[in-house]
Amino acid sequence: MSEENTPEAPATQDLSRRAFLGVSASAAAAAAGFVALAPGVKLMELAHAQSAYPAAGQFASSKIRWGMLIDTTKCATGCSDCVTACNTENAIEPGSGRPAQSSQWIRKIELKEQAGGHRELSLPMMCQHCANPPCVDVCPTGASFKRADGIVLVDRHICIGCRYCMMACPYQARSFVDEPLHDQNPEVPRGQGCVEACTLCVQRIDRGLGPACVEACTQAGHGAMLFGDLNDPAGEIAKRIATTASSQVRADLRLDPGVRYQGI
Amino acid sequence: MLRRVSRWFRWFTPPIALAAFAALAAFATPAAAEVPKPEIVIANPGSKCIASPEVMRRTHMTMLLHQREKTLRLGERGAKVSLEGCIECHASKTTGSVLGTDQNFCQTCHAYVAVKVDCFDCHQPKTGMVKTTGIKP
Amino acid sequence: MAAKNIVYREIANQRAIWTLLALCGLFIVAGAGAHLTMEHYGHVITGMDNRIVWGLPHVFAVFLIVSASGALNVASTASVFGKSIYKPLAPLSGLLSLALLAGGLTVLMLDLGRSDRIIVAATQYNFKSIFAWNVFLYTGFFSIVGAYLWMMMDRRMNAYTKHLGAAAFIWRLVLTTGTGSIFGFLVARQAYQSAILAPTFIAFSLSYGTAIYLLILAGACAMDERPLGDAIVGRLKNLLATFVAASLYLVAVLHLTNLYFTRNHGIENFILRDGGIFTALFWLGQVGIGSILPLILLLAPAKVTRSNVLTASAAVVIGGVCQMYVTIIGGQAWPLNLFPGYSVSSSFFDGEVHNYAPSIWEILLGLGGVALAIAIVFLALRLLRFLPERLDDATLDPSHAHAE
Repeated sequence: MSEENTPEAPATQDLSRRAFLGVSASAAAAAAGFVALAPGVKLMELAHAQSAYPAAGQFASSKIRWGMLIDTTKCATGCSDCVTACNTENAIEPGSGRPAQSSQWIRKIELKEQAGGHRELSLPMMCQHCANPPCVDVCPTGASFKRADGIVLVDRHICIGCRYCMMACPYQARSFVDEPLHDQNPEVPRGQGCVEACTLCVQRIDRGLGPACVEACTQAGHGAMLFGDLNDPAGEIAKRIATTASSQVRADLRLDPGVRYQGI
Repeated sequence: MLRRVSRWFRWFTPPIALAAFAALAAFATPAAAEVPKPEIVIANPGSKCIASPEVMRRTHMTMLLHQREKTLRLGERGAKVSLEGCIECHASKTTGSVLGTDQNFCQTCHAYVAVKVDCFDCHQPKTGMVKTTGIKP
Repeated sequence: MAAKNIVYREIANQRAIWTLLALCGLFIVAGAGAHLTMEHYGHVITGMDNRIVWGLPHVFAVFLIVSASGALNVASTASVFGKSIYKPLAPLSGLLSLALLAGGLTVLMLDLGRSDRIIVAATQYNFKSIFAWNVFLYTGFFSIVGAYLWMMMDRRMNAYTKHLGAAAFIWRLVLTTGTGSIFGFLVARQAYQSAILAPTFIAFSLSYGTAIYLLILAGACAMDERPLGDAIVGRLKNLLATFVAASLYLVAVLHLTNLYFTRNHGIENFILRDGGIFTALFWLGQVGIGSILPLILLLAPAKVTRSNVLTASAAVVIGGVCQMYVTIIGGQAWPLNLFPGYSVSSSFFDGEVHNYAPSIWEILLGLGGVALAIAIVFLALRLLRFLPERLDDATLDPSHAHAE
């Protein structure tokens, strides 16, 4: 996240996550967060610091809307650092079946403009965490849902594996786990028979970190991915969106995705 | 109508009587004579016991059911009830898991009462997995 | 009237029934085995993947479910539209619709990633989802048609037949609209996203249901050597021809409209010209065998024979399965268009047509559902009095001298 690293007295008893993290970061405790020093340059969190979850009683706040901004001009064809990071963090391994049967929460898409000079570009595509998600509309049991802070998730406790959400997603973002899994990350439960997709690394967000893909892209120095609270006018991501042109994929569908792209 | 009922009754009385006798016999036989009661071994006893064993035996399913809604839907973390927390304490010292053999914690009782544990299709039953990745240390 | 002379009797030909049931039993067991295998190893052993998420089981399931609602049409014509000549056929129509729905839903539920969670599907609902509404529509259909059959077959309740018939008629219109809307509500895919899919599915249901009804009726009567007159077959054939023509019309409107939108030219070229197997199944299967051939057989000859009618019915059924394949799988094979104006490629098969090859498990599961439907019908015909003894012209309509 890109909030200021200054102490912030919580205005109300019900702490929003942003305020809470601001307080803890300023306390210089084990918890760490991103600090924006300049556009695209961030202070990395300590490599091995595992932030703790906040104490019980805190809930995701609807005042926050998590989003991402991807600068495709900085995204290189052939680079897949974000994909590797996602697979490592969420313990996604290639399946035993055909390649099309393996889960892909994030993928790199290579584009070539059909008209004119055939400009080429490359970008990562993942669940867009729409404000009006069609996958949530069509889920018969309500397993596909949107958390208060905008992250679209699958409740695998009640997912029956009907795959209707996969039919409905305009971004082909969802995957179906079609074989038994064994070495899951304890923070990322996933299993056979349920549908899954990018969770924006919710297990990391709830600890004050950013998604693994963004961290990997930033640590490698590419700087193509930015993560933050879209509702925070002082945050880096909102400021960039307000000044530089960016677009949403399939914006005509009016789903209002939380992931925006520059340079398409 | 009455004739039909009485004819039906005559036909079905022997099998019903036999079935009732068999059911009574099954209840009368002490179950412990067939299957040994599970032995609960707390591999890593700590100070974080949530409640007494009697309470846990009866209510751990509702505890988990309620907390999973709060954690997943509302985003609450760090609550007293946590499946990962259970596994930290209760995973077997030898296998590092709560499943695997009938001596492992969850499987012990669940095999005894023949209730399928649905959790571990998705949740990691082994402890000691590195948290930010799924790799075993 | 003629109706008073109608006697309903169980099918007496034990040998034929038990042979058929044994054959169906084989397929049902194979289907159950296929489901258990898929549940144990996961869908990884099937032809379905992250691009083609609904495969052959859905093709069979949706076909059976859509036919189920149409099969009730014969009974509706009697009870709702007052054509009393159809009344003796109504019990079989109700039975067939329940059996087809049971077969289709079985395949659908057994294809779920987590079939052990059907109770979750029955207790947790997101009412914005048409799937959730379908759970009520399908289970309600069983209740309403069950009650409808009771009113029909229990002489004391006959006064209420037309009320339940009207309720069943409306219910199945809503149900089929719901089934078509499963696809129609999907804005993401070029093959769907159209309101016309709902009435098109209603037309499909009427034509497939009537065709299957004709085949089952003829088969059951032949099994027990019961006379089946040309008067009633002639009327059913006219109904079938009307429904096939209506389906063809609505499909034509859908494609012509899509051809008018440049943005949909991709999917249209795919289905109509460049799609390989899908194009073949569309023109040869859905349009040729499923629509044009039946219309010719049913309307062109001066004297339409029994074999014309049954061949046409079988052709409609084949065409129907082809149509479901093109709609369901063709709609998924065509890639989503995320970036208009760009050609794309990725490790997740963006931008390319994705092929589908059904595995034996999916084939067996689908056929198991079909066998289940047939088994239910013929078991019921053997045990209960659904079929009249005589359906010849003299019994049904003494004023009718010859077939229409």
